[in-house]
Amino acid sequence: MHGTGNDATFSRRHFILTAMSAAGGLIVGIAAAPDSARAATISKQPWTDSDQAPHEIDAWIAIDPDDSILIRYQRSEMGQGSMTALPMIITEELQCDWSKVRIEYASANRSIRENRIYGDMFSHGSMSVRQSQRMMQQVGASARERLIAAAAARWHVSASECVAAQSVVTHRPSGRALRYGQLAADAARVKLAAEPAIKTPAQFTFIPRSIPRVDLVHKTDGSAKFGIDAQVPDMVFAAINACPVRGGKLKSVDESMLSGTPGIVGVVKLENAVAVVATGTFWRAKRALSRLQPEWDVGAAGSIDSTQLSAQFRAALTERMVTARNDGDFDRAMSGAVRTFEAIYETPYLSHSPMEPMNATVNLQPDRLDVWVGTQDAEMALGAAARFSGLKPEQVHIHNAFLGGGFGRRDANDDIAQAIAIARVVKRPVKLIWTREEDTRQDRFRPHAVVGFKAAVGADGMPTAWSMRVVTSSIFKSVGIPFPADRAEPPAVDTLESNGYNVANTRVEVLLKNTHLPVWFYRAPGGNQHVFALEGFLDEIASATGIDPYLMRRKLLRGKPDWLKVLDTAAEKGDWGKPLPRGSGRGIAICTFTDSLCAQVAEVTVKPSGLLKVNRVIVALDTRHMVNPQTVVEQAESSVIFGLTAALYGKITIKEGAAVQGNFDTYRMVRLADAPRIDVHLVPSGGDIWGGAGEPAVPPVGAAVANAIFAATGKRIRTLPIVDTDLSGPT
Amino acid sequence: MITIDINGISWQIDIEPDTPLLWVLRDIIGLTGTKFGCGIAQCGACTVHINGIAMRSCSVPIGGLDRAKVVTIEGLSPDNNHPVQRAWIAEGVPQCGYCQSGQIMAVAAFLKTFPKPTDADIDAGVTNICRCGTYEALRRAIHRAADMTKA
Repeated sequence: MHGTGNDATFSRRHFILTAMSAAGGLIVGIAAAPDSARAATISKQPWTDSDQAPHEIDAWIAIDPDDSILIRYQRSEMGQGSMTALPMIITEELQCDWSKVRIEYASANRSIRENRIYGDMFSHGSMSVRQSQRMMQQVGASARERLIAAAAARWHVSASECVAAQSVVTHRPSGRALRYGQLAADAARVKLAAEPAIKTPAQFTFIPRSIPRVDLVHKTDGSAKFGIDAQVPDMVFAAINACPVRGGKLKSVDESMLSGTPGIVGVVKLENAVAVVATGTFWRAKRALSRLQPEWDVGAAGSIDSTQLSAQFRAALTERMVTARNDGDFDRAMSGAVRTFEAIYETPYLSHSPMEPMNATVNLQPDRLDVWVGTQDAEMALGAAARFSGLKPEQVHIHNAFLGGGFGRRDANDDIAQAIAIARVVKRPVKLIWTREEDTRQDRFRPHAVVGFKAAVGADGMPTAWSMRVVTSSIFKSVGIPFPADRAEPPAVDTLESNGYNVANTRVEVLLKNTHLPVWFYRAPGGNQHVFALEGFLDEIASATGIDPYLMRRKLLRGKPDWLKVLDTAAEKGDWGKPLPRGSGRGIAICTFTDSLCAQVAEVTVKPSGLLKVNRVIVALDTRHMVNPQTVVEQAESSVIFGLTAALYGKITIKEGAAVQGNFDTYRMVRLADAPRIDVHLVPSGGDIWGGAGEPAVPPVGAAVANAIFAATGKRIRTLPIVDTDLSGPT
Repeated sequence: MITIDINGISWQIDIEPDTPLLWVLRDIIGLTGTKFGCGIAQCGACTVHINGIAMRSCSVPIGGLDRAKVVTIEGLSPDNNHPVQRAWIAEGVPQCGYCQSGQIMAVAAFLKTFPKPTDADIDAGVTNICRCGTYEALRRAIHRAADMTKA
């Protein structure tokens, strides 16, 4: 570190000389939840500073003598509602009183100390519910049976004569009853001979149920604590600027221009970044950083731009690829075809851009590391922090917070790595915050993808063969997930490979080309770009052969009642086939994602000036099962807006190796005025598997909108974002 | 030295005058309900009321706020019962929740000017970004808050 002024004795008093209420006294407000939200509760600060609780039955559940129940939640709440849903599943089996439930994050540190007692702790892939539903049921059922066993022992009766409901165990023959709070201590010592069977969905009595999310109230009064809100005594603030060209190195930086700047602790030089550390406010660090003019060694990547990358990806469409799916004989079907189609679709790099920029607060001590962060995987963050710091995993404590959006971004731990590196130099607790520009440019992007389609149709105009050749980048390689090179990486072909259409000759192939730009999982990986391509191409065939796009999909999905149900629901609720004024049009699209099905109908109006308005989007969603249907609706609405932002505006342009877009003035988001009315219809089909809720409504929206634009204008959009296409002209 | 009233409490603050109000609120006073989203008044996550007007505090230097009266999300109501907060809870608006302090403050001020807003008024007047896309519920909640305020 090279100090450029130091005021280590800084304290808040330096700024605040007096503080008193205008009325001469301190007024403290006490938040009261309205009746509608008075149910299970959480703390404003979701992390726990102590991972042990009195009156634990096991690592998941503690029941106090007053019957209040603590349930631990092992995933991450980033708006998707699983902090409510998972404890609801436990409640279903535990037969407890939901209004007495209190929820807190499970501790990753405890999990690694106790043989991964909380299992997987990550939140991605819409997996929180569908991957842990059985485990949550088992946790609740086990605790319930142990409470019953404890009561039976107390009464010297058979457990089979006892039932549990609403936090009370009752001995049916005698009517005697004991509250859970009276039984918890005994239940904690009960060892069951075998794990009890869990309920089938038909036996559920508590779920599915639309109830207010437990995090709702704290998110309306400013009290919910996000990672960026962590406050640690003696903390300093850091702003960082990493080399704009990924893979580049810091050559030099002239710190002299910061001399005399108040509050600057120092400039920290990392291998690929420069950080400024300041006391008092993050602003001081950010402002000082903006004055530095670091010199970078960007290497060969410094000459790469988007046009080149696009040309390379398109040129690679003819190269040898890995086969993901090969039904029938595509080549033979093509050679004998009367009519064929070809098109290339292209989707750009995207930044995740959660509203809360990346940040991490660390307190690094010789034998202990505390990290306050919103992470999608507290267990992985713990492992990464241990590696970065050189401490043992059990010495690392991750205080997971509410996440101000994740979308796949909040599990790379790059912010934690930087914060630890800075703390090691300044030897004080550090809060590192990325500026919005840093958050956009140093993102690990949604990959750029090019899909080349070829298809043949029969005499009836219906597709008989099609081939989909994908050139994109390997997310697995960027993330560090080993995968055989001779197999198709799932996210690179998802929704193409899993398309539901009965086309006898179907071939899906992929070629992965990684550039200097890291790519990452991004809400609905693969699907978020390939459904736009596939459903657009299918629409081209329908329009050329004069078949209604909805009816063509219907025919291609014959014999698949669950697919047809979502397709028909979207078409019917979306007034498919009903007349629209000139300049307006409807488009339809469907996909499967995370074992759910989603169809959408979009209705748009395009003015002769080219001004596009997406009027409404109708969503039919089959998640198979649901815990909290209201949350499923919210996730569908959220997904539509997320997918629409990407379709209408989303693009990261690369110039001289670096991302051009930085803040929301250049990386545009859908706002209220652009937001269509969204009408969600839930059509759960049941069965053995559970589908995800957080992602499946992302993929169809771009296709439905582009297809609606074609219906309105005759203009076919094959490259996103839509804003790059001139839609003006007579309609 | 700036004298400023924040949520009914008078503070005297001596800091570089170009420091945006946002960072005074968050880092000096410790009111973290007001959020940093963009730093250039684009997203509105940092919206507070300054002398009754909704402003994006990331772009308002403290130096110009002598004698100003500031209300943040923490001071909007003593018990989370402002009509906008009640409507937000009733409609279940927040998802990740990060932008919602700013949304609520923006809407609370907006409804003073447009007590019975049309959808077009809302489109023009409520411009904060919500990355979770809670706009459908948010629009319903604005109408609900307007109805509550009127009642």
